[in-house]
Amino acid sequence: MKRISLAAVGLLLAITAAYADAPKEPEAQTWSWTGPFGHFDPVQLQRGYQVYKEVCSACHSMHLLAFRNLGDPGGPEFSEAQVKALAATVQVPDLDDKGEPTTRPGTPADRFPSPFPNEKAARAANGGAVPPDQSVIIKAREGGPDYVYALLLGYAEPPADMKAKMMPGMNYNAFFANGQIAMPPPLTTDGQVTYAEGQPAATKAQMAKDVVAFLSWAAEPKMQERKTLGIKVMIFLFVLSLLLYFAYKNLWRDIDH
Amino acid sequence: MHGEYRYEPKNGFMKWLDSRLPIVRLIDESVMQYPTPKNLNYWFTFGGILTFMLAAQIVTGIVLAMHYVPHETMAFDSVEHIMRDVNYGWLLRYLHSNGASMFFIAVYIHIFRGLYYGSYKAPREVLWILGVIIYLLMMATGFLGYTLPWGQMSFWGATVITNFFSAIPFVGEAVTQWLWGSFAVDNSTLERFFSLHYLLPFVIAGVVVLHIWALHVPGNNNPLGIDVKGPQDTVPFHPYYTLKDGFALAVFVLFFAAFVFFMPNVLGHSDNYIPANRLVTPNHIVPEWYYLPFYAILRSVPSKLFGVILLFGAILVWAFLPWLDTSYVRSARFRPIFRQLFWVFGIVCLVLGWCGAQTPDYVIIDLGPNTTEINRTVDQATKAGKTTEEIAAVRKTAEASYRVTFAVVDLSRILTVAYFLFFFLALPALGRLETPLPLPESISKAVLGTSGATSGGTPLAQRG
Repeated sequence: MKRISLAAVGLLLAITAAYADAPKEPEAQTWSWTGPFGHFDPVQLQRGYQVYKEVCSACHSMHLLAFRNLGDPGGPEFSEAQVKALAATVQVPDLDDKGEPTTRPGTPADRFPSPFPNEKAARAANGGAVPPDQSVIIKAREGGPDYVYALLLGYAEPPADMKAKMMPGMNYNAFFANGQIAMPPPLTTDGQVTYAEGQPAATKAQMAKDVVAFLSWAAEPKMQERKTLGIKVMIFLFVLSLLLYFAYKNLWRDIDH
Repeated sequence: MHGEYRYEPKNGFMKWLDSRLPIVRLIDESVMQYPTPKNLNYWFTFGGILTFMLAAQIVTGIVLAMHYVPHETMAFDSVEHIMRDVNYGWLLRYLHSNGASMFFIAVYIHIFRGLYYGSYKAPREVLWILGVIIYLLMMATGFLGYTLPWGQMSFWGATVITNFFSAIPFVGEAVTQWLWGSFAVDNSTLERFFSLHYLLPFVIAGVVVLHIWALHVPGNNNPLGIDVKGPQDTVPFHPYYTLKDGFALAVFVLFFAAFVFFMPNVLGHSDNYIPANRLVTPNHIVPEWYYLPFYAILRSVPSKLFGVILLFGAILVWAFLPWLDTSYVRSARFRPIFRQLFWVFGIVCLVLGWCGAQTPDYVIIDLGPNTTEINRTVDQATKAGKTTEEIAAVRKTAEASYRVTFAVVDLSRILTVAYFLFFFLALPALGRLETPLPLPESISKAVLGTSGATSGGTPLAQRG
């Protein structure tokens, strides 16, 4: 009886009924940080930061990150001097001596500045849509890194049945809900960002991978520490369970139970 | 159970303390010497696991509350501050959020153990009802806690659940606004939800004390469901069950750690990492997994009031279990038909949970075109004087749109009926219709010779 019921549940779960207008499923990619031993590649994160800085930060904010985070272990791991230099290239809002708003070069303590002073300005500059903050975007989207990667490279000409439905100013992307996204394709050409000597070629796919890696770190800077500690904790708990099990067995040896 | 052993203070100081505040006596008689049936299996370890989880949630919660800000402009960012800047804040946060899920996994196993072994039957009815109260308090606490990060799902989940109260006739709207502290879910709602979320776990702790007290009066039930006949049926709780519960707890925490360290967000919803926006409704508003069966029951009826009544009814019906089940036999081990229905009921609950996660109109089986509707549409087009090609196009669209389907909402309805039939039809009837298997004479007779030792077996306390 139980077996039949379980089989019925399995059958139910296996039945798929596809939505007519569901977005396309992103393809599964391999990322260096998946799995219990996953780790970020600091060099990839540095390239990713470069892509983020040169392409994305023109429209997107990332207000939960500060420049000092770029030097934290488990992340891009820029040196202290590099962090100071990177911060100094960016202008952050501040007040002058008279209390008037002005800008000054950033310091490691400053948060990443927003490209727009407020939401209204962001909407006005982007056709009515506000570019979402990127701090936790990877965790805020189903499919996470696979989805963002597919989205960045998923821009194409709308198919025949979508052409009539496209609203003015929208771009077609099969991975986005309803296929119409306000963001224009951010990665348009290979070599859009010039990587340093010795780095892989800056193809669109490579830039997308690198920026997704950076965004994944930005969403969860403690991921590596979490997994490292996790392995140690699991080993400890496993040994503890073993010890407790044998102690229990020994204690109950002579009891009929 | 009491009166068979007594705490004897050993030295002068202990005698002095015992005559002023018998707290050592209390611990010794309820946790150390407390005679416990010796045949308890691992399903009986979840009470201890739940006590640990309550303590763990309280400890992690109190430390989180030192860093969290319960204001709508700062709540989301304060949680991220905990994740990024507070030392081991990420660990506290993931322990607390996954701890809630673990708490509910343990409580469901604990409840179903009670259902299977008849732990709700006389003389443990009050113990059982206290358990239902604890479960209700847990649901409230979990709901309140989930709103605190103030993500999209926090906000909209709060909106859906608090709107239940507007279904109350006459006073519904006023009551709901009083609860909100505003005319919609607002900052006032968040602030008071934080206060209540901090309060309720201590209320739970108090009811847990009553729950354990109510247990210790008749003593524990056991897998055979028969009463303890004498000391030969029991072992002292310490060290026999402190060690067994300790082992079970270590395995449970291993399972817990797998989620915390390697898949901390898999039980949650990605929409809750989007800051709450009252102008944008998420595509699918779903509660956390532990509420899904009740969510499915709620959505199975079109009427708002009746849906809410069914939802609360589905929880409150558990309180009447001792009187709905008319059988005098406790354990399902000796009730072959009840055992089958128990598993069916379990499957019903699981599939209801799946239904709760889907949109109600998700089509499970497409049974073909709805010819009545299609013909009606085509007739309309014919009467309007359309050309043959236009009518053919209308027919084609109609055949795609008008289908006879078996959707999630239909499945939820069937399962909701099954859920209530289990309580109101199956259990009362089984007491009269079922022939139970013969019960063993006693626990010690039933387990005779199951230990490794050749002799009858002597508990540690009696060994030399």
